[in-house]
Amino acid sequence: MTASVEVPELAAGPVKKSPRSPSGLGRYILVRFLLIIPTVWILTTLVFFLMRITGDPITASQGGRLTQDQLAQRVHDAGYDRPLIVQYFEYMGRLLTGDFGTTVSDHQQVTKVLADYGSATLELVLFSLVVAFAVGIPFGMVAAKFRDRWPDAVLRILAILAYATPVFFIGLLLKLVFGILWPILPVAGRANTATELLLGGVINPTHLYLLDSLRIGSMSAAGDVLRHAVLPAIALGLITAGTFLRLVRTNLIGTLGSQYVESARSRGVSEFRLVTKHAYRPALIPIITVMGMQIALSLAGAVLTETTFEWKGLGFQLYQYIQARDFVAVQGIVVMLAVIVAVTNFIVDIIVAFIDPRVRY
Amino acid sequence: MSTAAPVQPTGPGAAGPAPLPGAAKRAGESPLRRLPIVRHVRQAVGLQRGMLLGGLVICALILLCALFAPLIAPYGFAQMNDANGDFGTQQAPSAAHLWGTTVGGFDVFSRVVWGTRTAVFVIVVAVTISLIIGVVLGLVSGYLGGWLDRILVVVADAIYAFPSLLLAIVMTIVISGGQSKVVGGVMAAAISITVVFVPQYFRVVRAEAVRLKAEPFVESAQVIGVSKPRIIARHIYRNATRNIPLIFTLNASEAILTLAALGFLGFGIEPTSAAEWGFDLNKALSDVTSGIWWTALFPGLAIVLTVLGITLVGESMNDLNDPRLRLRKKPRRSRRARAQRARTGRTAAKEA
Amino acid sequence: MAEEKSAAQQAPLLTIDDLDVTFSTDAGEVHAVNDLSIAVSPGEVLAIVGESGSGKSVTARSILGLLPDTAVVDGAVVLAGGSVLTAGPAALRRLRGSDAAMVFQEPSTALNPVYTVGWQIAEGLRAHNPKLGRKELRARAVEAMEKVGIPDAAERYDYYPHQFSGGQKQRIVIAMALALGAKLIVADEPTTALDVTVQAEILDLLRELRDDFDTAIVLITHNMGVVADLADRVAVMYRGDLVETAGVRDLFASPRHEYTRSLLAAVPRLASADIASTTAPATTAPEARVQTAPEAPAEPARPDAAPLVVAEGLEIVYPGGFGKKDFQAVGGVSFDIRPGEVYGLVGESGSGKTTIGRAIAGLTRATGGSLRVFDHEMVGFKERGFRPLRKRIGFVFQDPAASFNPHLSIGECIAEPLAVHRADISAADRRRKVDELLDAVQLPGDYAARYPHELSGGQRQRASLARGISLDPELLVADEPTSALDVSVQARVLDLFRELQERFHYAALFISHDLAVVDMLSDRIGVLYRGELLESGTGPQVLGSPRHDYTRRLIASLPVPDPVEQAARREVARELRAGAR
Repeated sequence: MTASVEVPELAAGPVKKSPRSPSGLGRYILVRFLLIIPTVWILTTLVFFLMRITGDPITASQGGRLTQDQLAQRVHDAGYDRPLIVQYFEYMGRLLTGDFGTTVSDHQQVTKVLADYGSATLELVLFSLVVAFAVGIPFGMVAAKFRDRWPDAVLRILAILAYATPVFFIGLLLKLVFGILWPILPVAGRANTATELLLGGVINPTHLYLLDSLRIGSMSAAGDVLRHAVLPAIALGLITAGTFLRLVRTNLIGTLGSQYVESARSRGVSEFRLVTKHAYRPALIPIITVMGMQIALSLAGAVLTETTFEWKGLGFQLYQYIQARDFVAVQGIVVMLAVIVAVTNFIVDIIVAFIDPRVRY
Repeated sequence: MSTAAPVQPTGPGAAGPAPLPGAAKRAGESPLRRLPIVRHVRQAVGLQRGMLLGGLVICALILLCALFAPLIAPYGFAQMNDANGDFGTQQAPSAAHLWGTTVGGFDVFSRVVWGTRTAVFVIVVAVTISLIIGVVLGLVSGYLGGWLDRILVVVADAIYAFPSLLLAIVMTIVISGGQSKVVGGVMAAAISITVVFVPQYFRVVRAEAVRLKAEPFVESAQVIGVSKPRIIARHIYRNATRNIPLIFTLNASEAILTLAALGFLGFGIEPTSAAEWGFDLNKALSDVTSGIWWTALFPGLAIVLTVLGITLVGESMNDLNDPRLRLRKKPRRSRRARAQRARTGRTAAKEA
Repeated sequence: MAEEKSAAQQAPLLTIDDLDVTFSTDAGEVHAVNDLSIAVSPGEVLAIVGESGSGKSVTARSILGLLPDTAVVDGAVVLAGGSVLTAGPAALRRLRGSDAAMVFQEPSTALNPVYTVGWQIAEGLRAHNPKLGRKELRARAVEAMEKVGIPDAAERYDYYPHQFSGGQKQRIVIAMALALGAKLIVADEPTTALDVTVQAEILDLLRELRDDFDTAIVLITHNMGVVADLADRVAVMYRGDLVETAGVRDLFASPRHEYTRSLLAAVPRLASADIASTTAPATTAPEARVQTAPEAPAEPARPDAAPLVVAEGLEIVYPGGFGKKDFQAVGGVSFDIRPGEVYGLVGESGSGKTTIGRAIAGLTRATGGSLRVFDHEMVGFKERGFRPLRKRIGFVFQDPAASFNPHLSIGECIAEPLAVHRADISAADRRRKVDELLDAVQLPGDYAARYPHELSGGQRQRASLARGISLDPELLVADEPTSALDVSVQARVLDLFRELQERFHYAALFISHDLAVVDMLSDRIGVLYRGELLESGTGPQVLGSPRHDYTRRLIASLPVPDPVEQAARREVARELRAGAR
């Protein structure tokens, strides 16, 4: 995929006659889609073998609690005493049918865990992205425009500080301030018990609490959900915003120094427009690519944020299963997250293709 | 000129045509001044200089703290009592316990100090091992290409796109998660982080190797018939690794964050085997809601400070390496002095 | 027609007084422009000529107030009655584009890749006329595109820059200036990145702008041919100083300043450039060369000896990779290089000339036909079988800055071929050999200890030659060895090349886009066009009586450093181009 052949001299023919070939874009999307398969396959294989080198999940979770015979019986029943390669093919076969296994500790289908808690994580990530975009992009533009002057200096130090602070430490500080010193916001959970009960009664729930509240038209529930979301979203969002700010700044400085911005400046285009149009749009291509990756990586941040704020999502669940040494569940969740990451990156590539005319045509 | 082929550049000869502007200045520099950090400090101006120096000072403090931990820390990291009996749990800061004690009855200040040792150890081990593996694989894969390259690229891309914390979790389970405790907790964490970073170094070095492969100076070696191992060792290696100090610093800060996150999620090192800030923060989680702030604040600040120091160094190095981002001193000369110089310059040109 | 206008009566459009610019760089402060004063009248074409580092581009940028923050500027620039250097941001914005517009060297980087060209032209209009409606903007942009000769402008309005060729991109950049009605166009090396045939078209376009709209042009260039073609008046700059200003005919006929004279003497001239014979193809035998050509042997040395390189129906195809088409760089080329002769390959970008040179050296795989180098078949070659032959081939690359490993000293670089192929000789002998080689390329012996960045471009290219001939090769491949150099440096390197070739009698493949340079050095010339060898023969044969229309166009498009002759050639070139359409 990266093994391109360099062509020293390219024909500089007259006008390249290639306006609008939708098949080209379709082909590109198809190729990118097919590239998901090896990525996911490699990760699932890697995780499977890594997790199983050291032993089977039943011994890991029930080790001290059962007698040797009971343990051997349970291992045999689950088929964990067969050759690893046989188990691997069986596991892959099950994955293809959408079966991610059953947890050892509470006998849940991993897919059910994902369905129940995935939307909570999605909601958290979306809220935090609102914070990240609202803070990161405009301030990144300001930093690039006022490069090396005081606004830039202040913003850069803040961005580095945001990067340097672990999300759970920001979380703890926020809890300390808004939970104890100045208790105006809830510091744990996704909603009050009353709201949880109300939303539990929704038919065909999306588990996105804000959406569910709006569907049943309860403004008080929606307000409660939002109040609960403020601190976790700020904790996770600020970390991501720091990265976005640096990303926007660096790329904008690059395009602001480019010849085409200079060219537009030489025609009297205003500085504001140079930043927001002429430099911003070309800078967007690398920005979006990295942002896509960053969003995927913020899933890891979500695990930590959820643990800090007892936000009952996938990450919180993962933490519980880790504590219970339930490695079937851990493996299932990790593999599922790998799929989500791969799909996110695919979507980002498609967005970039639509923004970049050189890919589109 | 009949001395052995010199390794360092010597000053320009008195005779001979003038070299490029600036070349003479660079040629006169001692090799010490060409070292990454030293060169950067000399180059830096204004804010970039402040960031770089600030970062270096913080890093030096951390290193000193790690080195002299036994002298600085009043107690051991696993110590719960002294001659006066037990420390007591969740004690507020006092003269005996500067930053108070934890829920487990440890002295917070001592654990924060000892924690620098764990942090430095993990940085050094994780980053060094991944650096060596990543650079070797990247050079060979990038220059030789072919099937090995393609497979390595796909694998590295897949791992790179994966949230590094999750991978580190999996690795920790692999290394110490089965019932066995073969490798110590600190080492296990270090190795888990290593695996996460190998693809990063691999990608950077490989990309450089691929770029350099098409450079005329490598091609001119190919035309001459230089063998592949010699090309890699002599022409690619030095040029492909120029960005390594930068990645080193950026990864070092990420290593600390990953270590802390692992500790926070309960993969940490047992409090009796080493002090680790993330683990202490995890234990402080419940303290915070009851208003006990000292158990969380100080280990957290230690993490922030460490990462901040390393990142400041890395960021300013990044700026200084990039000619587009590097600041330069403004010329400060009066109009008169310049006019004077211009006049003499012009007469000189006329005489020529 | 480049009639020299009597500019004196008109009030100047642009006045530069005592302009003085200093930059701070990594290497300390650089004084870029020294108290420069000059004026330009409406409708006048002023060329500012100079080599790299002369301060000509800095001067151009200061006209629009486009200098970077690291610059300290003194003096005055008065444009259409307004002072540029003291103008505030709003005033600067107003004058940029409407009073003076800029045309940049590299049209592909001067256009924003993610916006349509129409939008970009309209953007300038929008900045100066905020009230214009969408339709009006579009109409005006299309009109400007039509004026600069973009066919189907209404449709192409919605195209992105990458859908245009280099010459058309430059036309669009000019259209941007035109749309705003700029009274002055500052053109900074507007044709340097373009092929010579395209360059002729762009120069024609600029001339039309001047003739039709009375637009003044400040033309920044290093190419004396371009100056002769377009300029009314010439200012020569050297290291930040204005050394001479004169009308174009005066300057070429009787240059006053020493530097101007040496600059003009260094320009390679087309020896067989009789324009009359190119217009009437193959009627009479080529007349005697206008200028004394280098003393090339009439017959290639040892014509009976077996050729070193034989290409027969050579094809080189770059595989397209996943989802892309294969790219044929060279298709069915046949030629040979005999011992001791210099074979010149000339062609524009995309002609495949570099690819052929690389294939001979085994850097690129020949994919079809036959290419025999020292009787070794290069189609489907194995490195192991070819390696023993490598010591018989030297190679000189285009970019002197990139062709040396920055971490090795010049001596180590030159000695590397010896270390690889002559492991038998001792280190002391190797050093002695390096000294001899440096002496042969006229570099002091102590340069062996220097590092590549400590040498200038010309010095590096000499060292590159020394490395190329270090094993006494029978064949030297030189790929555009002088195209990255200033013209005066180029002249010295070319002299050295010829001298070494006469001394060591190696055969050479000399690749260049510059017809004059190839003609100067080569015994025989091959003309490449889009991967095909159109014709091949001695200099007088190919240049004196070209058989192919493209060759004729190539010869006629090359501007000569003589305003009178160039005016005549221009007409011929225009006719040839019209015929080609």
